[in-house]
Amino acid sequence: MIEKKVDIAVIGAGPGGLAAAVSAKESGADVLLIERNPFLGGILIQCIHDGFGLHLFDKNYTGPEYAEEMVNRLENAGVPYLTNCMVIDLNEKKELTVVTSKGLMKLIAKAVILAMGCRERTRGALEIPGTRPAGIYTAGVAQNLVNIQNLRIGNDVVILGSGDVGLIMARRLKIEGLNVIRVIEILPYCSGLVRNRVQCLEDYGIPLTLSSTVIDIHGKDRLEAVTMAKVDRDFNVDHDTTEKIDCDTLLLSVGLIPENELSKKAGVNLDNRTSGALVDNFYETSTEGIFSCGNVLHIHDVADYASNEGFFVGEKAAEYAKGKWKHSGGKPVKIGNGISYVVPQYIRNDCNEVELKFRVTQPFENVRIIVKNGDDVVFKKRVLKVIPSEMNILKLKSIDPEKDVEVKIVIIDKNIN
Amino acid sequence: MDKIHDIIIIGAGVVGCALARALSRYKLDVLVLEKEDDVAGSTSKANSGVIHAGYHKKPGSLKATLNVAGHSYFQRLSDELDFPVKFIGKLVVAKKENEIEDLRKLMDRGFKNGVKGLELIDGKQIKHFEPNVNGFAAMHSPVSGITSPYLMCIALAENAHLNGVDFVFDTEVTGISKEKEIFVVQVSNGSIYRSRWLINSAGLNSARVSQMICENDHRMYPCRGEYYITDKVDTLIKRLIYPTPSKDGVTLGIHITPTLDGNILIGPSAEYIERLDDTASTREVMDKLKRESSQFLPPIKEAKFIRNYAGIRAKLFHPSSGVKDADFVIEEDESIKRMINLIGIESPGLTAAPAIAEKVVGIIGEKEALVDDEKFNPERKAPVVFEHLSDDEKARLIEQDPDYGEIVCRCETITKKEVLAALNNPLGVRTLDGVKKRCRAGMGRCQGGFCTPRIVEIMTDEYGISPEEIYKNNESSNMFFGKVKDDREEG
Ligand SMILES: Cc1cc2nc3c(=O)[nH]c(=O)nc-3n(C[C@H](O)[C@H](O)[C@H](O)COP(=O)(O)OP(=O)(O)OC[C@H]3O[C@@H](n4cnc5c(N)ncnc54)[C@H](O)[C@@H]3O)c2cc1C
Ligand SMILES: Cc1cc2nc3c(=O)[nH]c(=O)nc-3n(C[C@H](O)[C@H](O)[C@H](O)COP(=O)(O)OP(=O)(O)OC[C@H]3O[C@@H](n4cnc5c(N)ncnc54)[C@H](O)[C@@H]3O)c2cc1C
Repeated sequence: MIEKKVDIAVIGAGPGGLAAAVSAKESGADVLLIERNPFLGGILIQCIHDGFGLHLFDKNYTGPEYAEEMVNRLENAGVPYLTNCMVIDLNEKKELTVVTSKGLMKLIAKAVILAMGCRERTRGALEIPGTRPAGIYTAGVAQNLVNIQNLRIGNDVVILGSGDVGLIMARRLKIEGLNVIRVIEILPYCSGLVRNRVQCLEDYGIPLTLSSTVIDIHGKDRLEAVTMAKVDRDFNVDHDTTEKIDCDTLLLSVGLIPENELSKKAGVNLDNRTSGALVDNFYETSTEGIFSCGNVLHIHDVADYASNEGFFVGEKAAEYAKGKWKHSGGKPVKIGNGISYVVPQYIRNDCNEVELKFRVTQPFENVRIIVKNGDDVVFKKRVLKVIPSEMNILKLKSIDPEKDVEVKIVIIDKNIN
Repeated sequence: MDKIHDIIIIGAGVVGCALARALSRYKLDVLVLEKEDDVAGSTSKANSGVIHAGYHKKPGSLKATLNVAGHSYFQRLSDELDFPVKFIGKLVVAKKENEIEDLRKLMDRGFKNGVKGLELIDGKQIKHFEPNVNGFAAMHSPVSGITSPYLMCIALAENAHLNGVDFVFDTEVTGISKEKEIFVVQVSNGSIYRSRWLINSAGLNSARVSQMICENDHRMYPCRGEYYITDKVDTLIKRLIYPTPSKDGVTLGIHITPTLDGNILIGPSAEYIERLDDTASTREVMDKLKRESSQFLPPIKEAKFIRNYAGIRAKLFHPSSGVKDADFVIEEDESIKRMINLIGIESPGLTAAPAIAEKVVGIIGEKEALVDDEKFNPERKAPVVFEHLSDDEKARLIEQDPDYGEIVCRCETITKKEVLAALNNPLGVRTLDGVKKRCRAGMGRCQGGFCTPRIVEIMTDEYGISPEEIYKNNESSNMFFGKVKDDREEG
């Protein structure tokens, strides 16, 4: 057994973990970054399209280019890292068990940063009835098979779910000459980013059918067809609207789930809204000295935001490892009308400045985003449009941490304004 | 193929595999023909995996006696063949007072069938055993257990193979005739196999296969049972939780079965269907499974589901005819000598399989002397399961072989070495589902999301094949259609 001690262990080398490792090192900590894949960069490596780095680097990078930029920073900062090494166990004492090709490693850390990313929702989680043939893939798996392994996964493709990965794969497969029949979305609106809907579907003439879903799957060995039907606002299927679509491939782009199995082993409490850890505004979880950032904490729209979170968390974890502050817990942020989740979920009682990230429950037009601190309104902004697929970030400069903070959406009454 | 085998077995479900293994201890030339790509390709992979105690079936019936006898083989088989069994016990739960009578009937049958350890318990004791389960009273059956039905079939078949039995997959028997006391068996690819004995353990197709040569009026009424599989929820229940049996006597009711890997199965439903192979899941039944199971295990509603599946019961009766049960048919045909038919082997067929096998050996043994093969080796070693080892053992293995140091399936912690072992299985099965059954890669919560690309890579490397030659199970279930880009364009 290999034994090792370190100030900070970072688990996962996607945009979140890379940023966290760089900033922890630059803040003076002794860091080890551990990645399961044979390469650094996480999910970015299979995202060969552009649109990365617009916020962080002011550049329009592809996924691998963005990863390269981050890896350069990592190497400049001199952060040691392991690839092909998977953390299989973590406990509350911050002892990690790592499988490496050289042997099993016990790593004892003063602080741990969880940056394991997410996995995709599958057919089983969606509970789609029907047969179980070959030819059903989640969009991210299809992306890997096509972009990394150079494999043609089918001929006639239906995509269920208008998540970003699905939209990007619709375009990708169309470019590679596959017949992308349509994208089917259960919500009355596209759930991916607007730019992806325009650039991936509309520009390529791929139809998007809203308020509809796949209710049956046909074909014994390889997929032969799916049955599509309309749904009402409460997602009840209208069986008079069924349509059988012949296809040999079904891609699912129906949501990402933070990968928190390891976090649970370390006693980290999870938020059922995000499926990620509950954290305070230093991104410390309920387990002292364990931090979380990136998609394992909550699903980010773009890699840049995951990295930004990582930069912040790396610094905080370094401060913790040096004993600059202690676990506090703090006061829960209240989730008001129209808000689906807020991160962080707690505000420490020694902080007056805090950044809140949140999503809305449904698309709203002409509303106010309001943050109250006790009885005071500390933030107020009128917005013409907010949608669930876009994360909102706001900074509060001087709050009273002893008083409740609540985020909510208020619909502007046209008659009054 | 002019060779004349002593025995041909049609079908490599649990019955065919148990029989192959039982026969492999004698000096016999045995061949198994199976239409799917692997053992347990049909009903034997899609059931509850329960080792029944044997209190359910009518005293004196083959179903009852072979169930109780079959149960008694499991521990030894598991020790010899290294497949998992666990006798976790079962509660048959009466939701209301008026169901206690049903429990008493089961106790009574169990007593007559020779089942050990049955006891009636009250609602308080239920809570003591299983805090999450609601019920008025229950019958506790401590000897009921669970196994992995496909690992069991693989273990039986591998040991049979080690002892000289040949398995031929992707080969469907399409016709049978008899020439001068020798069976001539035609298969889907046009080949012909010959044997002195022919054993029909073709499961759902057993009536059809028997009628290729025998005259009888057995008819199969397929009855589908659908299931849900949850993500790992170790803490919810420790035992099998069953309702009191349905009044029509058709099934045991929708029950809740913990698996050896910490998941939970909910099901099966019972629905007579048209086609023998229609294993699709349906919305109505899926909703019903959740509804009924949450009546006695309310927290199951919160569980996360990772997959659905369905298995089909090989029933020899339709309830509309008023018949409540039909016994197993296990007999040598009256006019076609040395043709043994195993028909209607529905539940408790998995449990009974080892005893069914011995019964068939007995039928053969009455006709001719079976000579022990002194080279018979009763033991078979399962491949290493890395996740089950202690840290020290894990460390030692990685030092011996760095392929243990690469985790391929992250949900189930399966190493490259385990995938390689599955790829190089003794039966020569080469499909993605074959890998999945053997080492669990792809059976976890992401359902192969992360590991499929890597397994495809390892398969193409190890077998020296192209990705187009990779199949999910049979030869029409191809995964890929060539490359996206020509290799030349890449550089
Ligand atoms: C399929 C897909 C397509 C996307 N497309 C775009 C896009 O076009 N534009 C955009 O801006 N954003 C896109 N995103 C979003 C963006 O890439 C993600 O927000 C970002 O990658 C999240 O970064 P992360 O570091 O949290 O996670 P990841 O990038 O997922 O990295 C997590 C890393 O942790 C490793 N890991 C996990 N568990 C362990 C363990 N136990 N031990 C060791 N290592 C472990 C994983 O192997 C992985 O490398 C996409 C996301 C996905 C999933
Ligand atoms: C929903 C359900 C739940 C059950 N739960 C339990 C349980 O918990 N405990 C228990 O003890 N029992 C249970 N059973 C019963 C048990 O699963 C079966 O009795 C058992 O699997 C039958 O095994 P078999 O080998 O006879 O049939 P099968 O597994 O069907 O095997 C027959 C094989 O023959 C092959 N075959 C068919 N036709 C041909 C042909 N023409 N040529 C070549 N090959 C052919 C098929 O491909 C198949 O592989 C359950 C059954 C069902 C349906």
